Amino acid sequence: MPEESLVTLVVNGRTRRIAVDTRTSVLDLLRERLGVTGPKKGCDHGQCGACTVLLDGRRVNACLVLAVAADGSRVTTVEGLADAGEPGEPSELQRAFVECDAFQCGYCTPGQLCSAAGMLAEAKDGWPSAVTDDLAEPTDLTREEIRERMSGNLCRCGAYVNIVEAVRRVAE
Amino acid sequence: MRPFTYARATTPDEAVAQHTEGAAYLGGGTNLVDLMRLGVALPSHLVDVTRLPHAQIETDGDGLLIGAAVRNSDLAAHAVVRERFPMLARAVLTGASGQIRNMATVGGNLLQRTRCPYFQDVTRPCNRRDPGTGCPAREGEHENLAILGHTPDCVATHPSDMAVALAALDARVRVHGRGETGLDDLYGDDPVRASALRPDDLITHVRVPPLAMRGTYRKVRERASFAFALVSIAAALDVADGVVRDCRIALGGVAAKPWRARRAEAALRGGPATEDAFTRAADAELAAAEPLRDNGYKIPLARNLVVRTLGELT
Repeated sequence: MPEESLVTLVVNGRTRRIAVDTRTSVLDLLRERLGVTGPKKGCDHGQCGACTVLLDGRRVNACLVLAVAADGSRVTTVEGLADAGEPGEPSELQRAFVECDAFQCGYCTPGQLCSAAGMLAEAKDGWPSAVTDDLAEPTDLTREEIRERMSGNLCRCGAYVNIVEAVRRVAE
Repeated sequence: MRPFTYARATTPDEAVAQHTEGAAYLGGGTNLVDLMRLGVALPSHLVDVTRLPHAQIETDGDGLLIGAAVRNSDLAAHAVVRERFPMLARAVLTGASGQIRNMATVGGNLLQRTRCPYFQDVTRPCNRRDPGTGCPAREGEHENLAILGHTPDCVATHPSDMAVALAALDARVRVHGRGETGLDDLYGDDPVRASALRPDDLITHVRVPPLAMRGTYRKVRERASFAFALVSIAAALDVADGVVRDCRIALGGVAAKPWRARRAEAALRGGPATEDAFTRAADAELAAAEPLRDNGYKIPLARNLVVRTLGELT
C-alpha cells in the first residue's frame, strides 16, 4: 500500500486534486502545496488555534487533520470568508475586527476569524457552552459566552478584549 | 513523523480486518496525530474509522446509544443529552476547545492517552511508552498526576472529562464482536496499560442507561477554559425527606481512569443529606489516597468538590 495518496479538497470554492504524503496535515497542504497561506502554524499541536479553518462548515485545527482523512471535504480559510458577501469585500466579521482594532501583530487573526465564523454558526444552531446556565434553553452570546467559546484561539498580543467586542457586534 | 499507510474503513468488520500488526484506528486524530508528531505513537498503518456507520445518537428507552464516531460537539449539542443527561453534556463541554470538540470522537475520547509530561516526551523514560524504562514522574514533575490507584510503575492520570461522566452514569462500552464492558473494566487496574482492550478491539457504541437523578459535572483547572482537570467530579443525587436515596460520584484527574467513588456512595446511601455527611463520605473515599510530594493539594480539592457539588444537588 502506498504512503502517498490522491486527495480532492474544495478549497474556498475551488476543487483541488493533489497527491500527498499520508503524513501531510491539511495545514501543511494548504500552506506548502496549494499556496493558501491564511491559516498560520503557531504550535502545530492544536493548542493555539492559529490554523483554524472550516472543514465542511465546522471549525477545526487544520494542523491536527490529516489531508488523507479530509479527502472529499470543503475547506474554508480566511481567504474564503469574504466570499459570502460581495466578492473581494471583507465580511461583516472581518470589518468588525478592523473597526474594533481586534488585533495587533495579526498572526492569530486568520484563525480567530475562522473560529468566530464557525462559533457564530454553532450558536445559531443553539449549541450550548460550558458557561451556559440552562443547557435546555437557548442562550445569548454574552461576553462570557464568547470568551468561553473562543478559548481555543490564543492571542499573544492580548487583543482579547477587542476580539470579544468584534464578535459580539456581529452576534447582535 | 514515521511514514504510514492509510485506509478508510466502511464497516466494522473491514476495520478490524485492516488492523494489522502496528496499525492504529484513527478517529478525530486530535490526540493520535499529535502523538505521532511527537514520536510517541508510531503506527505503520492508520485505519480511519470516522466513516463507519456509528455516528448517530439514538434514544434507547430512557437511555442513550451513542455511536463511537459521534463527534464530541454533536454529543453535547444533542437535545436529549442536554435535557436528560446534563452531567454528560457539561462534561463534554468543559473538555478541550470548540475546534477540538468538533473533531474528537466519543470512541477516541475514551481511548485518548495520558497527558503526563514524561509519556509525551520521548527523550525521557516512561513505563507506559517504553515498558520497563521506569517512571521519573514519581520523583519529578507530578503536580497534576494521580493520588489514587497509582503504582510504583505509573502515576499517570486519565485526561478525559466525558469518561468521568460516563463512569458515573454506569455506561457500557460496546466492542465489536466482544460484547459490552463497563468503564472500570475498559481501563483495568494497571495504570501502565492504558486500557484493557486489545489493539484491534474496536469500540462501536457507548450505551448509557437511564438515570432518574439530578446530576452535574464540575471541573477545577488552572485557567478558566481549555485546560485539563486538576480534579473534576460527575455527581448525581436523589434526596427524599432529607435522606439520600441514591447517588453517583466519579472523580477525574485523580487516577489512571475515571475514579468511581463507590466508598463515598456507600457511605451516603440511606444517610442524611447534610454537609457533614457529604464530608464524611468524601473522606471515606479519599482515605485511600496516596499523594506524591507535590500533589497533596488534590485531596482537599477533591473533598471540597464532592461536598460543594452534592450540596448544590441537594
